[in-house]
Amino acid sequence: MTITHPTSTSTRIGTLGTNAHRPDGVAKVQGGFAFSSDMWSDNMLWGGTLRSPHPYAKIISIDYSAALEIRGVACVVTAQDVPGNPYYGLIMSDQPVFAAIGEYVRYSGEPVAAVAADHPETCKRALAAIKVVYEILTPVTHPEDCVSGFAPQIHPEGNIYRHQRIITGDQSIVGDVIVEGTYEIGMQDQAFLGLESALAIPDSGGEGLELYVATQWLHEDRKQIAACLNIPEEKIRLVLGGVGGAFGAREDISLQVHTCLLALKSGRPVRISYGREESFYGHVHRHPATIWMRHHADDNGKILKIESRMLFDGGAYCSTSPAVLINAITHTQGPYKCDNASVEGWAVRTNNPPCGAMRGFGVVQACFAHESQMEKLGVALGLSPVEIRLRNVMETGDRLITGQIMDSVAPVEQCIRETDAIAMPEPLLPNADIRQIPGGTGLTAQVGNIVRGVGWGVSMKNLMYSEGFDDYSTARCRMTDGVVSVKFATSEVGQGFTMLAQQIARTILGVDEVLLDTIDTQVGSAGSTSASRQTWMSGGAVKAACEKVLEDLFDHAALTFELTRDQLRIEETDIVDILSGRRIAVSEASKGINLDRTEEYHHPPTQDLDENGQGNCHVAFAFVAHRAVVDVDIELGLVKVVQIATAQDVGRVLNPISVQGQVEGGIAQGLGLAVMEEIIVKDGKVRNPSFTDYLLPTFLDAPLVEMVLIEEFEPKSPLGAKGVGEPPCISVTPAIANAIRNATGRELLRVPIRPYDICL
Amino acid sequence: MSSETLGNEMYTLRVNGQDHQVKDAWIGESLLYVLRERLGLPGAKGACEQGECGSCTVVMDSQAVCSCLVLAAAAIETEIHTVEGLGVDGSLTDIQQAFLAAGGVQCGFCTPGFIVAVHHLLENNSQPSDDEVRESLSGNICRCTGYGRILEAVKIVISQRNES
Repeated sequence: MTITHPTSTSTRIGTLGTNAHRPDGVAKVQGGFAFSSDMWSDNMLWGGTLRSPHPYAKIISIDYSAALEIRGVACVVTAQDVPGNPYYGLIMSDQPVFAAIGEYVRYSGEPVAAVAADHPETCKRALAAIKVVYEILTPVTHPEDCVSGFAPQIHPEGNIYRHQRIITGDQSIVGDVIVEGTYEIGMQDQAFLGLESALAIPDSGGEGLELYVATQWLHEDRKQIAACLNIPEEKIRLVLGGVGGAFGAREDISLQVHTCLLALKSGRPVRISYGREESFYGHVHRHPATIWMRHHADDNGKILKIESRMLFDGGAYCSTSPAVLINAITHTQGPYKCDNASVEGWAVRTNNPPCGAMRGFGVVQACFAHESQMEKLGVALGLSPVEIRLRNVMETGDRLITGQIMDSVAPVEQCIRETDAIAMPEPLLPNADIRQIPGGTGLTAQVGNIVRGVGWGVSMKNLMYSEGFDDYSTARCRMTDGVVSVKFATSEVGQGFTMLAQQIARTILGVDEVLLDTIDTQVGSAGSTSASRQTWMSGGAVKAACEKVLEDLFDHAALTFELTRDQLRIEETDIVDILSGRRIAVSEASKGINLDRTEEYHHPPTQDLDENGQGNCHVAFAFVAHRAVVDVDIELGLVKVVQIATAQDVGRVLNPISVQGQVEGGIAQGLGLAVMEEIIVKDGKVRNPSFTDYLLPTFLDAPLVEMVLIEEFEPKSPLGAKGVGEPPCISVTPAIANAIRNATGRELLRVPIRPYDICL
Repeated sequence: MSSETLGNEMYTLRVNGQDHQVKDAWIGESLLYVLRERLGLPGAKGACEQGECGSCTVVMDSQAVCSCLVLAAAAIETEIHTVEGLGVDGSLTDIQQAFLAAGGVQCGFCTPGFIVAVHHLLENNSQPSDDEVRESLSGNICRCTGYGRILEAVKIVISQRNES
């Protein structure tokens, strides 16, 4: 794998643009880093959750008397023990903490009760001893039935989470060339490795508590927990437990309220740690979707009009379905010019597993459809995949189908051209190592049956939250007697924000040592570690707080050392008077002083969409191109992804190795969706809730990745950088699908592409 | 645990060269559980409980095993080595250093399992090809990195050891 990007101008190790050391790195390689599942407290109990086996049923009775008789069981909690709001949810408060007697369970795996006991095994026995009588009902499992109104209403809030259209331009236009298709995207799991886990410790006074939890947004969790517990937010302190990956699956409440209820009822610390099967039931997944799309183009390949209908299955509870849908429909055009469009989107409630955020957030689904269409359009016009895309590339200043003007840096053409310039991999040799051919060590494929294919995918992704949401971030910077410390509530989920915060402080304040305060709710909200937003948002907040401290430091230095205030700059670790050239070390200038600033960073406001889907709903955008090379055994339907070439619009590179890691990791997840990963749901039940049956890309499945990072400073971004987390996993999926189509000649309308889709 | 399921006998596990007594344990506990919850060695991680992900990898009598699949009581009279036993007096091994230098660590949940697996691999094959590295480590799942930086880390170690 190679990486090429402009050389950084910064030289001091640990500043912006360098490969700084992760502050959590040593602990992580030594096994000493405390993940939320490593949390432990004296006198701690283990919690467990009883879940419904039925996708739709009415609860007639719950009898847990036998569970309480088991020695070692401390308490059982059910819906009757929830003192506050019995429901929670990120957008709509529609999901019960526990399904209550007389009420309904709406998905297979919905919590009904929780137990605290002295040992995980005791918990399991206690859960098995709880008798729940259900009246089993016929589940609603087809999202189309919700749109048509054929399905019975399964929730007081109705079966439609959101219905939104986008209408723009001249609807009467008909293209010289028209291509269409109906595409399906399967349900993908985030499959973070660090399972859901939390430790709740009740205050000795009994009123409030402390919760150590792996989450993406501490303050939002606290808000929802406080409402359910009917406790003021200030009596609940949330501390970030080490997070073993997130990818969207930790945006929603899972075990937070249950753990707190058990701790408050038992008066003892309680930890709940999910196993892998429970994790599949405990968090939301990527929405499965069905997308019809029709492109009209002129004879030269210029897109004239796009029509689309998108149907997203949100499952039993709302989560972020309305926002996912809006992301999908507003990205219908992809990174291409389009003046005329008619798009209709639905997100609906069914008795399937709840779906919500996953890396890419609605854009993954839309991109699979529009890039499948671009491939068809190219074939219909006799243009190469590169040429059809180059004839339509979006540029800064273009008007989007929502009426919003693209005011981000938009180097789409450069992404495509740079990707195209990356060398192709070597051809497959007749004596190739089995580990390099489809089927690998299974020794199944024969080189003679293998066909190579090449495919493209290009995408656009919004950054930050949309539609009027002020997802601000807060940071506090202190300089005490020369020691700098930074505090924020930003969830470090593995992406490296703690490292970036240190880089920012080192660069601005001219220090080498930067201490990191505990990540908890004792400072203002940071917003969620989602939507590729923390480098921009929390990076912006840390920058603002550090700059305020720097102003104070310059004021102090000007007075103390008789310097001219507005001539002061930081160079390396010195304060420099740029006219006189006089230098004073920051360590010297900051002796004996105590500076303390807390700042918020807000992005520019956005708007809701109107009834025709018009409005400035997004903050900013990033772009990426992917070219996939695959080898396909056409008899067995086995695929080996040989190489992914990519050029990504990243703004400014703040930490080269971290960007590289995000790109490679995102590509592996997009590969998973293309050919491996799917939660299989039948009659409302998950059939493969384990890593034995839900297949994740392994070392041998990972392709060679060749990347170019396109650095064009984004003026709107506080650090000039764009978020880089989501784009890598978006267009790589259709690039792989297009490569398999290229190899097989098959239309292949759904992902993941299964062997029998290819060979039967 | 209730009294009828408690093991009355005590057993001893030898971990990182030291004997540890395990008392009052339920006999059905996995080696992973006992290491993490009874012996204060949380480096091995649980992520699938099925031997699919390698997060719980430890070395038992020179074999890399998934400690979630080993009964703790069946591990008596074996030499067990965990990530905590690597490095002398808190120093990092060349493999641990290379993981950091190459960017092989993101969330870090798979990292201890990978570190143990790479030590085991290079002890048994000092010059693995890229394909051999990939195959040897294909039992360890990483969801963050896409494996590119981990392969780089292993290659750094091989090249450094060849030079020295």
